[in-house]
Amino acid sequence: MKHPPATKPGIDRASKKKSKLGILLFIVYSVVYAGFVTIGVANYELMGKIVLGGQNLAIVYGFGLIIFAIILGLIYNAICTGYENKMNKEDIQ
Amino acid sequence: MIYQPSLVAIIIFIIFVAFVLVLSFYFARKTKSASGFFAAGGTINWGVNGIAFAGDYLSAASFLGICGMIAFSGYDGFLYSIGYLAGWIVALFLVAEPLKRLGKYTFTDALDARFNSKAIQLTAAISTLIVSMFYLIPQMVGAGALVTPLLGLEHHWGVILVGTIVIFIVATAGMTSTTYVQFIKGALLIIFSIVLSVYIFNNGLNLMPDNELQKYHRFIAITPTLEDGKVVKAGDYQIANQLDIKGHHLVKLEKDGIYRWFNLVNENNTHRMLEMLSITNLAKGGKLYNGEPKENAKFFQVGHLSKIIINGKEVDKTGPLGPFKFLEAIEKSEIVRFTQLKFKEHENKVTVWYQNKTAGSDIMKPGLKFKIGKDATPMSKLNFISLMVALFLGTSALPHILIRYYTVPSQRDARKSTIVAIGAIGMFYMLTMFMGLGASINGVLDMESSNMSAPLLAKAFGIGLFSIISAIAFATILGTVSGLIIASTGAIAHDFIDIYLGKNLSEVNKVLSGKIAAFVVGIIAIILGISFKGMNVSFLVGWAFAVAASANLPAILMLLFWKKTTAKGIASSIVVGIVAALGLILTSPTMWGRYGLDPETAFHKLDNPAIISFPLALLTLIVVSLATQKENHSKKEDVV
Repeated sequence: MKHPPATKPGIDRASKKKSKLGILLFIVYSVVYAGFVTIGVANYELMGKIVLGGQNLAIVYGFGLIIFAIILGLIYNAICTGYENKMNKEDIQ
Repeated sequence: MIYQPSLVAIIIFIIFVAFVLVLSFYFARKTKSASGFFAAGGTINWGVNGIAFAGDYLSAASFLGICGMIAFSGYDGFLYSIGYLAGWIVALFLVAEPLKRLGKYTFTDALDARFNSKAIQLTAAISTLIVSMFYLIPQMVGAGALVTPLLGLEHHWGVILVGTIVIFIVATAGMTSTTYVQFIKGALLIIFSIVLSVYIFNNGLNLMPDNELQKYHRFIAITPTLEDGKVVKAGDYQIANQLDIKGHHLVKLEKDGIYRWFNLVNENNTHRMLEMLSITNLAKGGKLYNGEPKENAKFFQVGHLSKIIINGKEVDKTGPLGPFKFLEAIEKSEIVRFTQLKFKEHENKVTVWYQNKTAGSDIMKPGLKFKIGKDATPMSKLNFISLMVALFLGTSALPHILIRYYTVPSQRDARKSTIVAIGAIGMFYMLTMFMGLGASINGVLDMESSNMSAPLLAKAFGIGLFSIISAIAFATILGTVSGLIIASTGAIAHDFIDIYLGKNLSEVNKVLSGKIAAFVVGIIAIILGISFKGMNVSFLVGWAFAVAASANLPAILMLLFWKKTTAKGIASSIVVGIVAALGLILTSPTMWGRYGLDPETAFHKLDNPAIISFPLALLTLIVVSLATQKENHSKKEDVV
């Protein structure tokens, strides 16, 4: 490349562990997401079944997927920050 | 639809646009370097960047398109909300931090970081341009739809207005200005969507959705006399024509020289003729709206409930409801949707919308737009899966989203800003369900454009709210288009001219070529925005996601996670991804309809290509990479 990056990132010793965690959480979410799509095409009527507080499965699963994404994101960040604080300690000092 | 512009709306709109332009001027003075122009110098705070992500992402497709699709087709529109949000999981867990490490200014930089390959530079730049263009079209269509009720202008003037302002914003200040515009607009969009939702809950459900600005239309219902299945008498109307179209018996009646279309239905063994909406394109030129010229304003807004059930009882209205009770009440009630039929009468082309009573339980689950239920075919199910795949995989392959990772100082900031984005975007997407359903039952729908459902709902609650919401929606489009044009200019000026052609431009010339590219891309976007008038913007964005997922994502993921990836593998997968996705889109039933042909005669029945084009591109990358291992000059650096 003929130009430097917009910023220069430092060495991140935690990157491998963060990457492994990312892949694991990606698989977890993908399975839950695939479950939603599978119910939609394989057992469509199930989506209309009332499952919680007067709401059907489509609403509970759909809103659930959004909320689950937010929760997983927060968990991922907390764990990654822990890795960074621990493994990059000597660089910070 | 005829709209009367409001002075309040115009004033608020002008203040908003002026504010955006002043912001651009302010940051223009600070933008001197290429890094500043393309990546805001990598100095943006992660919180600001996170909300700016939301601003970039919550485009016309989200606010206008999804709300409109939910209003017209119920839960199926919400599938876009789920898919768009889920896509951020790929961005957060797989792409954000590694890409930040690799990247410079553009997506091409990241792909090419290990190889310095001309083939990657060229194909990635082309891919960026094509994806950005696909994403630009719906934004411009949304702009055109928005200015019509807001300023009383025709669609094409809206497109030209947005194009001009955005070219100005981008050409003056670049990424810094775009970021702050997106931050402000993203925050305002979420806040006012909450406000609009509160209005919806407070309003509750009502069989007769009159509002302060306009009384809801009282639909005519006639009890006819039938002989041999034909209408022979219809009150004091004259029978002008009768046609059987796709299982519906349509009757054209005349009174006082005005022709209206009615739909013959059998309700509880009683025949009734129910008034429809109609647009007649006359063979001799001109259009009639419900049998009258457009200026007579007889093409009214629609969408109402035919039955309300709350706590097991049938009522005329409910009063204020909480969010969960609101959803539960819709589930139990019955909504009148307006379903389109097109046919030819003599030489005239007629479009009618008939009243289609739909159980709330069907509205609240998928299947009205995407056929996955009883009347599903294997192909319609494949279409559904393909769309969900495209939405899931497309987000992290959108160039205008990817470049935002270069505006923050560190990988940690890239991750944190993605999480802020997921929180903000997730909250907004949950609100789309309420805004869409609210529009479907409050008599605000414009059958000519689903895209206007949310702003028109705001209008029903007051002109002030409508003005603010419309100005925010307009700023939404300005911001997203700015981001897309920045991404496109990066592809042309930086990736193609500077890197691929090896012109080695000075900092001043890089910025100058970026500004010229912004002008050219802006003009093309204006032309496309005018051409695609009337299509649902979220549907169009679905295509952009499919192209991005197919062309870019295999390359990004394999570069990050497979050490045997070669430059030729990446370049080939980009080419195959683009060609396959574009080829399938251009020969799809929807495009067939756009060409004026019968969609049934299209080459295939797949409206969303990702299910074929993504694996094809991935497979190409693997095969070509394995076949070109000797040429792999990768530095073998562990990029993850």
